[in-house]
Amino acid sequence: MEAEIVYIILAALFGLFMAWGIGANDVANAMATSVGSKALTIKQAIVVAAVFEFLGAVLAGGAVTDTVRKGIVDANLLADTPELLVYGMLAALLAAGTWLFIASKNGWPVSTTHSIVGAIVGFAAVGIGVDAVKWSKVGTIVMSWVASPLTAGFIAYLIYQSVQRLILRQDDPLEKAKRYVPVYMFFAAFTITLVTILKGLSHVGLDLSLREAYAYAIVIALAIAVLGAVVIRRIKPDKKAEKHAHFYTVERVFGVLMVITACGMAFAHGSNDVANAIGPLAAVISVAQTGVITSKAGLPFWVLMLGGAGIVIGLATYGRHVIATVGKKITQLTPSRGFAAELAAATTIVIASGTGMPISTTHTLVGAVLGVGIARGIEAIDLRVVARIFVSWVVTIPAGAFLAIVFFYIFKTILP
Amino acid sequence: MANMLANIFGSSPVQPLEKHIGIAFSCAKQLRGFFAAAVAGDWDKAASVRDEIERLEHEADDLKKEIRLRLPKSLFMPVPREDLLELVLVQDKIANRTKDVSGIVLGRKMQIPAEIADQFIDFVDRNIDAAKQARKSVRELDELFTAGFRGAEVELVTALIEELDLIETDTDEKQASLRAALFEIEDTLNPVDAVFMYKVIELTGEIADMAERVGRRLELLLSH
Repeated sequence: MEAEIVYIILAALFGLFMAWGIGANDVANAMATSVGSKALTIKQAIVVAAVFEFLGAVLAGGAVTDTVRKGIVDANLLADTPELLVYGMLAALLAAGTWLFIASKNGWPVSTTHSIVGAIVGFAAVGIGVDAVKWSKVGTIVMSWVASPLTAGFIAYLIYQSVQRLILRQDDPLEKAKRYVPVYMFFAAFTITLVTILKGLSHVGLDLSLREAYAYAIVIALAIAVLGAVVIRRIKPDKKAEKHAHFYTVERVFGVLMVITACGMAFAHGSNDVANAIGPLAAVISVAQTGVITSKAGLPFWVLMLGGAGIVIGLATYGRHVIATVGKKITQLTPSRGFAAELAAATTIVIASGTGMPISTTHTLVGAVLGVGIARGIEAIDLRVVARIFVSWVVTIPAGAFLAIVFFYIFKTILP
Repeated sequence: MANMLANIFGSSPVQPLEKHIGIAFSCAKQLRGFFAAAVAGDWDKAASVRDEIERLEHEADDLKKEIRLRLPKSLFMPVPREDLLELVLVQDKIANRTKDVSGIVLGRKMQIPAEIADQFIDFVDRNIDAAKQARKSVRELDELFTAGFRGAEVELVTALIEELDLIETDTDEKQASLRAALFEIEDTLNPVDAVFMYKVIELTGEIADMAERVGRRLELLLSH
């Protein structure tokens, strides 16, 4: 019994540390655009991020967590030696955490998701056996890593094209913005709410019919759009500022929209990335509590809460500085561009969360920004950096795997 | 932590380009005070204005180099990088010509013949107008990028460039009549001074020519 408690405490500590790291670093990507464009102050951004990261993790984080917890390793092979799964998952958490630490010290752009998936595959394939890895599932995950930035890029391209045609290229962009921005708000709120209700809420014990799901999504989205329209109507043109930048007031209208997409982005991020921290933890807990590996064991709700809390703590302690720094560097992402990128990325990520695909939220967002760029929306994108980012996961997977194998054998030797 | 999102943005050339044309115009604008001092024969004043012109020309030059350095080939932009590099090059020539012409006048302490002084000052003013209109047009760059070089904003910039062309045509006409007026009195002048006066008129006129070329470069961007 004592050994089990040690396992759970260790896993919870490692998991909390991962969640802290995610909150400290990754959340900035979701919120910095809104801060950089002054749609939100830093304080507001932190509140928004904390609330929606937490909601995303708790309400919609279940499916991806299940994938990380039991979708990659074939538990049936471990029926007689459940402790191997515990060592492995602990090793995976520690490996991913270590790799992320090394990478961030050296300024390498690596993804949390790629690290943890690489680590789990690594310990399972080498520590247990090549057959212990559900390769078809891993193949699907890897494919989703290619598909998610492409999808987000394509959606962002379409959204920004529509913004240019409907608003920015018109004679009266401000009037057009006031007319169409609430429509974008509706779509943003509708997509995210619908996917959450359809795919996420069943994990918290709420089961709604398809018709109910659509009805709720429409009502919530309408409410948000109306609220947004009221706020937008209050925005008065600033003639003085517009002398230098004609789109000044138009961008302020988009700034309101961006508050909503920022909420969506934080929600989406929480729903997908929380799994990186608590998926392995959940696996350890279910083995430690029952002594056997059951793929039927439910996901304890407090684990999701722990993950959400870890992210919020990371955000509050360290993430706020990252948000401020990044916000200053991405001023090219004005609200009209930023919302297109965020909405496209959030939609893609939430769909991935609903289907249980652990994807890189940052890669997805980078794909979305490129989509806006292809729609001639961004002054300058450095393709060298983009290439480096997309190539980095080729290195991250073996690195995460190698570290996980090392830690696995260490744990196997020293742990009871 | 290296942030992936922040680093994919190259530094935007738009604000620096707008700033650069602002400096080039400020430089050209100094010619008004410079020639006023020259006509009045106040060479101390002219020299101090000339210092200011040199300072601004250096500033424009430095910014030009910085813009070039910040536009590596790996950048993905809505318009060809070469066109932006050409734009900053012609913008910079507005400041170069200003420096050249003020250098000749101060170096030789040239007396502008009283008969054509008013006409000459008027000609200088019109060239400065051209530079100002070039600045106004380039300052629309950020809006052009936002609108993706299509739609109402393009029409607005096209109209600004047309206005710039009209001003440039006007300077050409003023230049022609100024040369005619100078020809009338050239026998009364020291021959070397007369030759240099023609040279000064020609160089001053090139300020509007360069401003017009800024317009041509902007037009090229619009056609992408």
